[in-house]
Amino acid sequence: MRSEGSSLLLKLSALGGLVFLHGPLAIILLYAFTTEGKSYQFPPPGLTLQWFAVAWNRPDIWAALTLSVNVALIATGLALVLGTLAAAALSRTRFWGRDNVSLLLILPLALPGIITGIALRSAFNLMDLPYSVFTIVLGHATFCIVVVYNNAVARFRRLSPSLVEASFDLGADAFQTFRHVVLPNIGTALLAGGMLAFALSFDEVIVTTFTAGQQTTLPIWMLNELVRPRDRPVTNVVAVLVMAVTFFPILAAYWLTREGEHVAGGSR
Amino acid sequence: MTSPSTTAVLFQNVTRHFGTVRAVDGVDLKIEQGEFFAMLGPSGSGKTTCLRLIAGFEQPTAGHIEIFNETAEGLAPNRRDVNTVFQDYALFPHMTVLDNVAYGLMVRGVSRPDRERRAREALSLVRLEGMDARRPAQLSGGQRQRVALARALVNRPKVLLLDEPLGALDLKLREDMQEELRRLHKQLGLTFVFVTHDQGEALSMADRVAVFNQGRIVQVGTPEDIYQRPTTRFVAEFVGSSNVLTPDEAPRFGGVSHWTSLRPEAILIGSAAEAMDIRQPAEVVDQQFQGAMRKTLLKINGREVWSLAPAAQALEAGRTVTVGWAQGALHAMKGEGAHV
Repeated sequence: MRSEGSSLLLKLSALGGLVFLHGPLAIILLYAFTTEGKSYQFPPPGLTLQWFAVAWNRPDIWAALTLSVNVALIATGLALVLGTLAAAALSRTRFWGRDNVSLLLILPLALPGIITGIALRSAFNLMDLPYSVFTIVLGHATFCIVVVYNNAVARFRRLSPSLVEASFDLGADAFQTFRHVVLPNIGTALLAGGMLAFALSFDEVIVTTFTAGQQTTLPIWMLNELVRPRDRPVTNVVAVLVMAVTFFPILAAYWLTREGEHVAGGSR
Repeated sequence: MTSPSTTAVLFQNVTRHFGTVRAVDGVDLKIEQGEFFAMLGPSGSGKTTCLRLIAGFEQPTAGHIEIFNETAEGLAPNRRDVNTVFQDYALFPHMTVLDNVAYGLMVRGVSRPDRERRAREALSLVRLEGMDARRPAQLSGGQRQRVALARALVNRPKVLLLDEPLGALDLKLREDMQEELRRLHKQLGLTFVFVTHDQGEALSMADRVAVFNQGRIVQVGTPEDIYQRPTTRFVAEFVGSSNVLTPDEAPRFGGVSHWTSLRPEAILIGSAAEAMDIRQPAEVVDQQFQGAMRKTLLKINGREVWSLAPAAQALEAGRTVTVGWAQGALHAMKGEGAHV
């Protein structure tokens, strides 16, 4: 039997953990509205929306935001195509070394970003590849593929192979089979994987620092701002923006895969 | 139906290997147009692989296949006038019943009103009406089976392939669907090729049966042929349990020195045995009541054999009785060989 005391202690420590994790986020949110521009004075002397206007008029923020969105979109698109193909191949066929290929695909997510970053940087150097948006995209795609792959492979495994055979049997070609049978069954998994990939790419710092040249993505811009403070609350405004852009896709991905589980379970 | 002698499916020395496994090993086969043809065998005997070779999901390692006089090797499944009812039905879970049935027409570019009309016709053919808007998950096993049938029939295939289509149904539904399939076969005049491991199903439904074992066809014939004149010990034992006598034992039972099959229902006990050509004393070893019959284990000439006695003929173990059978009930076979 569980005693009331340990249960209360458990609840308190859980609450403490959540506050420790999310308290700083609340502080960032609060200081995006402070009237004091130089220091983190508590409580803030007053609240204002002026920093949002300041941020809106800063071309460097716009440039960083545009770059981040572009990189995230391209990396996600690349990951959707390659991740789905890899998942389809590895879940539907058996071949020698399949498990090793699967491990190698997942590795970039487990590998520390700094290793991936250094490895890619030296590879780009060896290939005489100039650092550009392209190299950032390649860096991000390494871990974006993993999340798309993981989502897609789980769904492919639940997809009965006879569905694809039935489609061919009824006269459909490969494209029609993909469009009418495979895609509707893995669609939510791809959307979820894509959104997670987008969110991961959008706030990535470590791999980006190694693979970017002069380009500044939004997280890199924020890092620079912390070292050379200039209108501190503007940085907080951008932080709030990053939170919003990454939070909602992750939430949506969660809901989509939850619904997917339900649908798949129901059809059994 | 055109002339009854048209060959629907032809296999010439067809072989399919998976690595070192010879799933199908030199099969010759000729299925006539309009036939209800059963492929019967234990699991792993190659019957399902043969079906998949006709459907086009597998390609032969060697040999030649024709479907209505057209070479089938290298022809993709979507280029064959052949449709399949899958063992797990393989209904598209994200589509309604109507869209499932109309799928084959949709991918061929038939307009929506047309394909929905034809899909409804196919559904009424299998007597499943008023379920158009449901999803497969909302149907019972028997209803899914009917959707799968309608979906395969809507394309008007030349050959309908059925892969253990009744395996997932309970007994009562199975019997209903057996009748349903026979009715459909008569009504449509199509060639049906049916895979099953259930000998009762094959015997009761098919015009002809091919018995498979270890990748080969052991015997092809009408259900009566297969049952009454098995050519090998394997067929005798797999198709309805038979008493198989060794060449040594057969003469003592009134036969010749060959591997010999003696069906349990041919062995009569007591007064019923009086009129038989061959009569012998026997000891009752055991009896199992089975409703219509009593399965009786007898010891004749030191050899245990099964007999089917009428339900009314209860016999206690240890009793000595007279048993008898007709000379013609002893069927000599070509050999013992499991797959000769």
